Amino acid sequence: MTEQENLQTPLLSAQSVTKTYGPHLGCSDISFDLYPGEVIGIVGESGSGKTTLLNCLAGRLTPDTGAIFYTDRLGSALNVHTVSEPQRRMLMRTDWAFVHQHARDGLRMTVSAGGNVGERLMAGGARHYGNIREQALDWLEKTEVDTSRIDDRPDTFSGGMQQRLQIARNLVTGPRLVFMDEPTGGLDVSVQARLLDLLRGLVAEMGLSAIIVTHDLAVARLLSHRLMVMRRGQVVETGLTDQVLDDPQDAYTQLLVSSVLHP
Amino acid sequence: MTTETQDEGLEYNFAYLDEQTKRMIRRALLKAVAVPGYQVPFAGREMPMPYGWGTGGIQVTASILESEDVLKVIDQGADDTTNAVSIRKFFQRVAGIATTEKTEEATLIQTRHRIPETPLSEGQILVYQVPIPEPLRFLEPRETETRKMHALEEYGLMHVKLYEDIARHGHIATTYAYPVKVNDRYIMDPSPTPKFDNPKMNRCAALQLFGAGREKRIYAVPPYTDVVSLDFEDHPFEIQGWDQPCSICGDSTSFLDEVIMDDQGTRMFVCSDTDHCASRQAQGYQGPGQEAAE
Ligand SMILES: Nc1ncnc2c1ncn2[C@@H]1O[C@H](COP(=O)(O)OP(=O)(O)O)[C@@H](O)[C@H]1O
Ligand SMILES: [Mg+2]
Ligand SMILES: [Zn+2]
Repeated sequence: MTEQENLQTPLLSAQSVTKTYGPHLGCSDISFDLYPGEVIGIVGESGSGKTTLLNCLAGRLTPDTGAIFYTDRLGSALNVHTVSEPQRRMLMRTDWAFVHQHARDGLRMTVSAGGNVGERLMAGGARHYGNIREQALDWLEKTEVDTSRIDDRPDTFSGGMQQRLQIARNLVTGPRLVFMDEPTGGLDVSVQARLLDLLRGLVAEMGLSAIIVTHDLAVARLLSHRLMVMRRGQVVETGLTDQVLDDPQDAYTQLLVSSVLHP
Repeated sequence: MTTETQDEGLEYNFAYLDEQTKRMIRRALLKAVAVPGYQVPFAGREMPMPYGWGTGGIQVTASILESEDVLKVIDQGADDTTNAVSIRKFFQRVAGIATTEKTEEATLIQTRHRIPETPLSEGQILVYQVPIPEPLRFLEPRETETRKMHALEEYGLMHVKLYEDIARHGHIATTYAYPVKVNDRYIMDPSPTPKFDNPKMNRCAALQLFGAGREKRIYAVPPYTDVVSLDFEDHPFEIQGWDQPCSICGDSTSFLDEVIMDDQGTRMFVCSDTDHCASRQAQGYQGPGQEAAE
């Protein structure tokens, strides 16, 4: 595939994705394309369906209707929910990364920081302890986790450190697509700012493609190129981040933006 | 468990278990042999002894025992511990089979920890009593998830365990239940065998059967199957070694236990395989402890 074609083929394509929980709507009829190197932010108030959509996109929840296609390294479009389970799990631990809001959901709390970062390498067949450790140290440094803590368990880390460790653990194998659910949620404001800087640096440096769910418009503005605004399970507005935030067209988006600017 | 035969009036089926149960366990064993290293669930029976006594191994032995079999039972390598003696007597009583302490005379050997030092031969069967069959359990408590990991050969976690060992101790400190890969497919826990014995499992001429009573799992390694201990390129698998030979028989290649010899707390290292040590003594071998005593 040439560079030209590569940029025209979406990395991820969502087509009319709907997910309900019994009588409750999760998300409804959502379609969009994510192109290589692009970061899309999904914003909206609590309960608007952001996490539901993200989990469907990442193969963690099966939509009721609709489909999600992922273009793999060979250029084949894989239906995320109909490929075999081994293939889907393989994608999840190689091409994809998932950063959970609560670090404990994304870390092994009884395994050292180094072991946490090394797991994906070992899952991929790395069998040289020295190299694994070197890469773990490198990633702790990149994510600003004190490297002298490499043998400590994450349950002795602060919330911000745990979240940075989770990011290191996810990015160590150079994934092509990163899903993040409220990556800065639950952290103190100053800790959030540092994490955001870090994420922004990594996204730019690695040219990551990412889908970031957040209820925090400031986070969305800093990290994403494009925005999708959700309300009651539906996308009410999409566009370039600055356009949506500076000149919102939808009434709900206007409310959302104004409530942030004038709390 | 009583070893007195006060219950002579009672009629047991041969080897205690009823034929239907034996058939069920044999089916599980056949499946286990067909898929080396794969844990086959089976509907275990209550045995007249507590789980810690090796009920899994006993059920396997009971299901495959024939009247002409010669049974050896070892516990920590010894034929004469309470546990080994009880199990031997149990089968003498319920199956009337011959027993032996000699590895080469046995057709069936039930063991709790060790693999005999004398190489096993074709036609012999080694039955292991297993307390914890699942090697992935320590990091992944969910049974549904460990099953999936086996099915999909997702074994990265096993190396995370070894990584943690090296990070903490500077070397792979796991000495018992050291994980192996069987037939280049399934990861298996040889629990609670010392890693010293792992190389003996590899391409062993005898059939190896594993029974876990509490968790109701059976697995197997057919004769001449590859059994490879997991490791890292820069931290290769190594077996334990000792600075001194067996005090009694002078062997420097067997697995040694540290034992306290007298009230003064004198310690010495002796073969854990009592039959091996006795055979060497009978052949005239002597260790440093014996020379000193003379
Ligand atoms: N497991 C579930 N069972 C039932 N309803 C759920 C479940 N998860 C989410 N919901 C509902 O789906 C809607 C969307 O939730 P969610 O995707 O978590 O929104 P957000 O991430 O934007 O806060 C909410 O009304 C929520 O109550
Ligand atoms: Mg959410
Ligand atoms: Zn000896």
